[in-house]
Amino acid sequence: MTDVPNISPLIIFFASIITSNMVLTNFLGMCSYISVSSEYKTASGLGQAALIVMSITTALNWLIDHFLIVPLGLEYLRYVIFIIVIAATVQLLEMFLDRYFPALYISLGIFLPLITVNCAIFGVSLFMVIRGYSFIQTVLFGIGSGLGWWLAISLLAAIRHKIAGNKLPPGLNGPAIAFITTGIIALAFIGFSGIVIIQ
Amino acid sequence: MKTGKQLMLQNVIKDNQVVHQILGICSLLAVTNLMSNSLVMGLGLTFSTACSSFTISLIRRLIPNRIRMMIQVLIIASYVILFDIILQAFLPEVSRALGPYVGLIITNCIIMGRAEAYAQKNPPILALLDGLFAGLGYTLVLLLTALVREALGFGTIFGYNINLIGFETWTLMVMPPAAFFLTGTLIWIVNYAELTKHHKDLSSQQLGGGADHD
Repeated sequence: MTDVPNISPLIIFFASIITSNMVLTNFLGMCSYISVSSEYKTASGLGQAALIVMSITTALNWLIDHFLIVPLGLEYLRYVIFIIVIAATVQLLEMFLDRYFPALYISLGIFLPLITVNCAIFGVSLFMVIRGYSFIQTVLFGIGSGLGWWLAISLLAAIRHKIAGNKLPPGLNGPAIAFITTGIIALAFIGFSGIVIIQ
Repeated sequence: MKTGKQLMLQNVIKDNQVVHQILGICSLLAVTNLMSNSLVMGLGLTFSTACSSFTISLIRRLIPNRIRMMIQVLIIASYVILFDIILQAFLPEVSRALGPYVGLIITNCIIMGRAEAYAQKNPPILALLDGLFAGLGYTLVLLLTALVREALGFGTIFGYNINLIGFETWTLMVMPPAAFFLTGTLIWIVNYAELTKHHKDLSSQQLGGGADHD
């Protein structure tokens, strides 16, 4: 385990939204990012689900990593354990929301189960381990990354909504234009890179 | 029943998982700024896909349908962990450069896609070939993208200097946006080629149909 980096948790929080955005600089969660972004409302729903699950699982995985995996020397099982934690959390969250917040459960709908296979969720946990964050840093990193993912998918969905009615060169519509649009968004986000940096 | 050769053509070129199905994009974008990283990543994915397809196909009649996803993920994760440990032991530098993306092979949609779409309905040897060629198709796209990015961004290929005329290296190429632009362009080219081919097929069919009628 590496030493805890000496970065203020707030800096990690803002950096993970803007300069180290999960989609735009780390390319995580691309599959659902491209395929679910053709409509703004659904994209935003998936973004919210990602935010909730990411915040919970990253903190949970930190606790499990520090109190179970490292003391017992089970580092080689880390991937499997993280995946199981994520799948279990999604399942529990689904039941909990169904029971206590039915309106939210209906609005999130199909997106909760989809989240299990979203690599951004798993990736955030892996980054947290590799960078050796403390618990507070991890919590803010998880929430920040979730917000960043939500922001990115909403941006793309809003732009694709505008593109939808226009005539494009043959072959460019669909995923191809989505990628190029994302490239331009990523280019714009590079402009923030002077503000906060974590790596 | 398909033969190995048909599977190869289909999975590597005609139905390439990356450009046609838009699967496995995360790692494609993340590791392609260097050729050597891309090659290792591609081999890792090929190894994991082939082995897990083979294993899943081998025990496909024993897996209860309801929990098959969980079992598939566990099988995939075991092979990825194996690859990760091998990489850490023999190529520690590449392992560090790839960072979390080796672990992320587990959630790479290609492997799960092949397991769901092919391995659980077909015999082991064919599933092995299917996984192998799907992985190779992915590696091909990875290397193509990396070739452009490394050559323009660093002026090197596999670390060898090719910048003989001393052009200014294009730093944007190794930064995230270029990965998006290149992938988008690649998908566009493939789509366009297919559209024109489709049009040609259609028009020749119509011509042929007219001749038959006469």
